[in-house]
Amino acid sequence: MSVLVLAESPKGRFKKAAQEVVHYGYQVAQMTGSECIAVVLGSADNPESLGIYGATKVMHVSDSSLDVFDTQHYIAAVKQIAEQVGATVIVVNHSATGKSILGGLAVKLNAGSVSGVNTLPVITDGFRVKKNVFAGKAIAEIQVNSDIKVLSLMGNSVPPVEVGSAAPVEVQTVTLPKSKTVVTGQNTVDGIVPLPEAELVVSAGRGMKGPENWGIIEDLANVLGATTACSRPVADTGWRPHHEHVGQTGVAIRPNLYIAAGISGAIQHLAGVNSSKTIVVINKDPEAPFFKAADYGVCADLFDVVPALTESLKRFKESN
Amino acid sequence: MKVLVCITKTPETTSKIAFTADNTAFSTEGISYIMNPYDEWYALVRALELKEQHSGTVTAINVGPAENDVIIRKALAIGADDAVRIDTDPKSSKEVAVNIAAYAKDKGFDMIFCGKESIDYSGAEVAGMVAAILDLPYFSFVSKLDHDGQTATVERDIEGGVEVATVSGGFVISASKGLAEQRIPNMRGIMMAKRKPLEVIAGQDVQEDVSTISYSLPNEKQGVKMIDAENMDELVRLLHEEAKVI
Repeated sequence: MSVLVLAESPKGRFKKAAQEVVHYGYQVAQMTGSECIAVVLGSADNPESLGIYGATKVMHVSDSSLDVFDTQHYIAAVKQIAEQVGATVIVVNHSATGKSILGGLAVKLNAGSVSGVNTLPVITDGFRVKKNVFAGKAIAEIQVNSDIKVLSLMGNSVPPVEVGSAAPVEVQTVTLPKSKTVVTGQNTVDGIVPLPEAELVVSAGRGMKGPENWGIIEDLANVLGATTACSRPVADTGWRPHHEHVGQTGVAIRPNLYIAAGISGAIQHLAGVNSSKTIVVINKDPEAPFFKAADYGVCADLFDVVPALTESLKRFKESN
Repeated sequence: MKVLVCITKTPETTSKIAFTADNTAFSTEGISYIMNPYDEWYALVRALELKEQHSGTVTAINVGPAENDVIIRKALAIGADDAVRIDTDPKSSKEVAVNIAAYAKDKGFDMIFCGKESIDYSGAEVAGMVAAILDLPYFSFVSKLDHDGQTATVERDIEGGVEVATVSGGFVISASKGLAEQRIPNMRGIMMAKRKPLEVIAGQDVQEDVSTISYSLPNEKQGVKMIDAENMDELVRLLHEEAKVI
């Protein structure tokens, strides 16, 4: 019996998502008196480092064909390792990769699955986890009845903590089905924390009046080390790329800090961001519905407030 | 080209969410339903565009009770050729997927389209499950799909960008924003939809491996603290000392 977690290594590197899923698996293992084993697919720098967050062993399937994401390959590889280590709980991140394989893993392992879990399980009476439903307007408590359980973990839900040291790494080989797909290209923005795992997010909406004005938002994000986001109308009109769109039909996020400038706070936007720990709203309209969902509000012209906030933060960073 | 489009029913986005007295079930009182936007705007419309380009058929499938016929008729009005309803009230993503896969298995569909997720439970699991049951390649969150009759080229959303892949033979996708533009059914479509075939098939029993125990509402915010626009140092102080986020 063990808990198996998939630690993603995009471009060979572990990010915060990998630390989170390993540490989540570690905590589940502590609860159930088992061990947390991490599986790593494709090339990865320092797989032993996953021990720091609680993995007792790392199963590294170093087959270079796994450097390219193929749903069927990933499912086959995780399934084989899960069976090999006798995993009863399998956890992946609620990321593009994790979401793509969750359902397939559940089918192939004959397991019950819950996607977007944001709490540790409660195991006193069955195995129960919670997730947001109805776009964050409610929380559902779900019991998994099957022997094998597959979960995807929502980012920024359970903070990773350092609990150990380097873990032993076993290099594994698996049998992969013949691929019917060819990945021909990838176009990603490097060096930016992806929105689902960003702790700090600076977002802006139609109040910006045009894409040429985004410099002040980027300046604020740079000072904070934050990721930039935007509202739906801004993405729809092409002022900002689609992947920055947060909200019900975009990316749902739960950062520690969400700063929204010039976004009125339509219900569909709130749905994607209302799990943020702290929300700051900057809007010149005192009637903007977003203020009701905010922790801190500044009712003034964002073209004055945003640069002033950037300057204050610079002073704060210099003195801390 | 033969395409199966999976459609589901969700509460309208502005619905007020409430639960039954013991918090064990979603209260349907006063809720109006729509076709899940990802299924309607992107999956269905792109399927219709490909059919218009290559000829073929588009079949809409829904797993649910008779009251779902309203949204199935809408799919027919937008342009689907025929429709199937699997007559059961599914309790999990797997129940939906098993029923869709059982129907699709021997029908020779070239492609199966789903929306990227339903906007109520946001599981994003059904499409991947259908693909796994049928052992087909699966592309999630597809924002662009072209087909030359032999090979399809898909662009799927990944963190911070897109990935491009090609595939020959049958496959499953989940559709995200950008794949197509919403179509509004016209009067002719609505009239024609009434005469298009809607087949009703009995559902399969699926073991319930997950069950919802209870629902709750998120904690309300304490109320907004307004900060003077002239005093951003105060906001920074609060974010550091009170909220402890910087």
